[in-house]
Formats: sequence, structure tokens, C-alpha cells
Amino acid sequence: MMSVLVLGEHDGAVVKPSVLSAVTAARSVAGGDVDLLLLAAPGGESVGASGAMIEGVARVRLATDAAFAHPLAESLAPPLAELASEYEAVVAPVGSFAKTVVPRLAALLDVQPVTEVLEVIEPDCFLRPLYAGNALAKVRSVGQKRLLTVRATAFEAAGTGAAAPVESVSLAPAEQTHSAWEADEVSASDRPELTTAKVVISGGRGMQSGENFKILEAVADKLGAAVGASRAAVDAGFVSNEFQVGQTGKVVAPDLYIAVGISGAIQHLAGMKDSKVIVAINNDEEAPIFQVADFGLVEDLFVALPELEKLL
Amino acid sequence: MKVIVGVKRVIDAYVKVRVRADGGGVETDNVKMSMNPFCEIAVEEAVKLKESGAASELVAVSCGPKENQETLRTALAVGCDKAILAEHDSPLEPLAVAKILRVLVEREEAELVLLGKQSVDNDYGNTGQMLAGMLGWSQGSFVSRIEIADGALRVAREVDDGLEKLRLSLPAVLSADLRLNVPRYASLPNIMKARSKPMETLAASDLVAADDLKPRLEVLEVTEPPPRAAGVKVESVSALVENLKEAKVL
Ligand SMILES: Cc1cc2nc3c(=O)[nH]c(=O)nc-3n(C[C@H](O)[C@H](O)[C@H](O)COP(=O)(O)OP(=O)(O)OC[C@H]3O[C@@H](n4cnc5c(N)ncnc54)[C@H](O)[C@@H]3O)c2cc1C
Ligand SMILES: Nc1ncnc2c1ncn2[C@@H]1O[C@H](COP(=O)(O)O)[C@@H](O)[C@H]1O
Repeated sequence: MMSVLVLGEHDGAVVKPSVLSAVTAARSVAGGDVDLLLLAAPGGESVGASGAMIEGVARVRLATDAAFAHPLAESLAPPLAELASEYEAVVAPVGSFAKTVVPRLAALLDVQPVTEVLEVIEPDCFLRPLYAGNALAKVRSVGQKRLLTVRATAFEAAGTGAAAPVESVSLAPAEQTHSAWEADEVSASDRPELTTAKVVISGGRGMQSGENFKILEAVADKLGAAVGASRAAVDAGFVSNEFQVGQTGKVVAPDLYIAVGISGAIQHLAGMKDSKVIVAINNDEEAPIFQVADFGLVEDLFVALPELEKLL
Repeated sequence: MKVIVGVKRVIDAYVKVRVRADGGGVETDNVKMSMNPFCEIAVEEAVKLKESGAASELVAVSCGPKENQETLRTALAVGCDKAILAEHDSPLEPLAVAKILRVLVEREEAELVLLGKQSVDNDYGNTGQMLAGMLGWSQGSFVSRIEIADGALRVAREVDDGLEKLRLSLPAVLSADLRLNVPRYASLPNIMKARSKPMETLAASDLVAADDLKPRLEVLEVTEPPPRAAGVKVESVSALVENLKEAKVL
């Protein structure tokens, strides 16, 4: 049995679905139940209860501070390094929070983290992707302490269990004058979150404009799907950066992925090729996306999408 | 303000890599190598900072084998002023690279470090945040906009749900995301001129302890991911819908 801490994330009210997968991964590292750390701003302490219901969580450690409304790596890494001394491993779900904080924490602990873990082979041996997932490396962590970021798409979500205790822990943000949060620019959406949606429909350069994404969104609404995009569609300004699927965007593995007007570059495939069923709609029958598609439709998307919307 | 830019030499992003049959890694013989695309973006941003007068001198740094001099020459051709190779012949993890960069940052008395957000070979995305942690500096990772005013930086970072805007004091480490800029190509005259710019070669083992260069993750085996079974082409949207119903995803 190994002591493992999961670094949780939440939306202000409940833990993010990716945390459920991280708990599953952490439990197989620990060989037993794990602790879950949640950071809350004053007034937001109720997230603790949502973490406590996760099966396999032995206790929630809830840290409260005004700075945690917008946590910054500069102030968070030093107290986290202290807390990490109680544990043999720290596990966080892949996401911008972990990508920002875990490497800085790792530097303070003198550890090389294992990032984007796809499988826990043994408590010290992991599978991770290289070259946009075109190669897989089995790596053994030789140090005493392990830091892992795990892909939510690669692990089952933990179920609901008996309520674990929620204990408060002091995690005083380091005094610093380096950096200050100024603003978030987020676009509100009622659609499911991209990385955990069951169905994703993505548009590429073939969409031609942001305005045209409305045709795709109409299909998404019928399917209850999240909307994604290729890098080319984001670079062209059709949609904003949080929609990008791929090696350097988000990794998704829904039951159904529909790629519309996307050619299928390796960097895009890296973000979606583990989807259960892949559909490609493209008017170029030679497009490489057809090589990974279970069902390919060679058709003008401006014809196919409205027709699809009608049939659903 | 002196700026250090970290550049890495990797298999070109558009090459389809092949895993070696012996499980020891990927094929590198006769494979096209290039500057990591995110490092190209970091170099471009540094050159822009110099053009705007915000930066005084740009030092390109690469850690790795002798061949990395080629990558450094590219950085010089685009506008960096001098180059440093921290030579090391076996693989370096981000932790080791950050330790080397830290020593060079102190030696060069740089105030800003620009790196890529991720190397596209091992996809770590660690080095910038690690270096910022080691130096105790401000950190701006995955930035898509940088403004410098009154000795401080305003950056926009690409995060999971959109953009996060931060105000950072100098000194700082920034890592570049895709939308920060569009890198320029080196012109032929500038490639020629780059040949006479200074390039220093140091042994990485003279900069940090030998133990700090050793990998902490032992690579046991590199394999190819399982291939996807071949799919089918469907004739119409209604046939597509039928198939998806049969596959129980609709
Ligand atoms: C470092 C790096 C990181 C990258 N990261 C990512 C990433 O994370 N995600 C990502 O997606 N890309 C990424 N890329 C970019 C990637 O290499 C491709 O350039 C990109 O995926 C192409 O996007 P696209 O398929 O939309 O555009 P294109 O390649 O231009 O393809 C457009 C497709 O639309 C089809 N089309 C056009 N009109 C129609 C129509 N009317 N009806 C039907 N089909 C039509 C065309 O036949 C074509 O196949 C990265 C590249 C680099 C170098
Ligand atoms: N060997 C290296 N030499 C110089 N810079 C590097 C090296 N490795 C990584 N970097 C820098 O760190 C960034 C992120 O790399 P990584 O953490 O490996 O994903 C790269 O884009 C480079 O700017």
C-alpha cells in the first residue's frame, strides 16, 4: 500500500469528471484508497462534499484561501511541495491546471514527472505516448517520489461510494509579487464539456467560417454533442482555442467522433484516434482522415450536415 | 533586456515516425530533423521583442548532441545574436534541461526566457514551468499574447476553458503556444550572415553535476500503438445514420 494524493480540480461547485478518472489511476498506483486535495475559495467549501462521495477516496483534504479563486503556480508550488512530502505519489488529471502546476512542483521536489499516463502497468511503471501518440513508451520511475499526470480518457471514472471525511488542511499560498491574475476570457456554453462528452463533432478548415459552425452546432444540439475543431479552424478564428482537438489541444475519446471538413493530419489524429467510432465527412476521398474512420462519407459538408440534422 | 531562447532539435513534425522493431525507440536514420515548431514560435517572439526595442540581446541555447548546432544556426539566421550549445550525447529529460538552462540564465544574466510550450517528440511540456520554479521566477505557460509595459509583462494564456490573462513581473519564463505568432523564414542573406555570428560550445557536464543529467525515467520499451481496424465508405447520409444506429452510438 502506497500513500497517494490526487490533485483535484472543480468548477466551483463539484469536482470535474476528469478527477474521477484520476482517482481510478491513483488507486492502482496506491494499491488502495487515496487522498484527494481540493482547493477552494472562501464560500466554495461545498466542493469538498462532492469529492468525498468518490469511491476510493479515503479522505478529502480541503484547503481554503482567497487566492484559490485563481490559483497561480508561483504561490501554489511551494506549499504543495511541503504537502507532497507526506506522500509517495501525487496524481493529477491532465488539463491546463496540472500542466501549469505539476512541472513547477516537480522542479521543487527534484522529480521528473510522468505526464499523459495512459496505463498504470505497475505502481512504478507506466505507459505514456511519444510523437503525438505514434509511439508508446513503457517507463519506470527510478526515484523515490512519483508525480503523474493521467489522461482522463484512458481510465474508467470512479463510481460513487460512502462519504469520506472532509478535513481542512492548511496550504498557505507563498507570498509572491511575481504574478497576478487579471481576467479570464471564457465563452459560456450549454453543451457538454469536450474531453468527457460521449459524442463530439468537430469542424475543420473546410467549414470556411465561424458563421458556418452554426450548421455544425445544429447537429451537435440534436446529438447532445460537444463541439471541437482542428487547429486550422482555430488559427483561422472560426472558433476559440479551447475547441482545439489534437496533440497540442485536447485529447478526446468519445463513443462517437464526427470529423467534418478535417483532413486528418497526425497532430489532429493524436487527439481523437482512441474514439470508439469515428465518422469522417469530407469531399476529398483521398483525405487521410478516411484511414482512421469507421464510417467515411465522401460528400460536400454543406450538403451532408443539413441532411444529417434532419435525419436525427 | 537580455533574452534566452531555448531551441530543441526534433524529428520534423510532419514526418510519420516509425517505431524500431527492437523496441528501443523510433527510427532516426535518414529522417528529416527540424527545430521544434514551438521553439520556432519562441524565437520569432524574441526577434519581435528585439525589433520593438524591448530586448537588447538574444541568446539561443540548445542542449543535446553536436548536430543541434544546425538548429542554433537557424535561430541565428532568424535574428538571434549568439548561440550556446550545452553538449550532451545521451537523452536529456526536461528536468535536466531546466537545470542546464538555469545555470546559463545566471551566467548570461538574462531577464527573460522564451521556450516552446512542448517538444513534439516526447510531448512533455515541462521545461518552462520547471525552470521558472528553479529560478523562483514568474511563469507564463502556453502564452498566445505578450505585451511589455513599465517593466512588467501582460500575457494571455491558452487554458482549458479559454484564455487567462496575467500580469507578470520580470524576470520571467514564458512558453509559447501556437497562436503567439507566425514564425518567419530565414532569408538567404541572413543564413549567410548567421555563419559569422558567435556560437559557443560547452559540455553540459561542466555546467551541472553528472547525476543531474541522468534520466529519472527508465525507458523499458517503445512500441507502436495498436492499429485501428479498416473502416468502410458509406454512400449517403441516411446510410451513415443506419450504420451508426447499428453500431449503437445513435
Ligand atoms: C506543432 C504543431 C501542433 C499542431 N497541433 C494540432 C492540434 O492539436 N490539432 C490539430 O487539429 N492540428 C494541429 N496541427 C496542425 C495540423 O498539422 C494540420 O495542419 C491541421 O490539423 C489541419 O486542419 P484541417 O484538417 O482543418 O485543415 P486542412 O488540412 O486544410 O483540411 C481541410 C479539409 O476539409 C476538406 N473540405 C474542404 N471543403 C469541404 C467541403 N465543402 N465539404 C467537405 N470537406 C471539405 C478538405 O478536403 C480537407 O481535407 C499542429 C501542427 C503543428 C506543426
Ligand atoms: N534539449 C533542449 N534544448 C533547448 N531547449 C529545450 C530542450 N528541451 C526542451 N527545451 C525547451 O523547452 C520547451 C518545452 O520542452 P518539453 O518540456 O520537453 O516539452 C521546448 O520547446 C524548448 O524551448
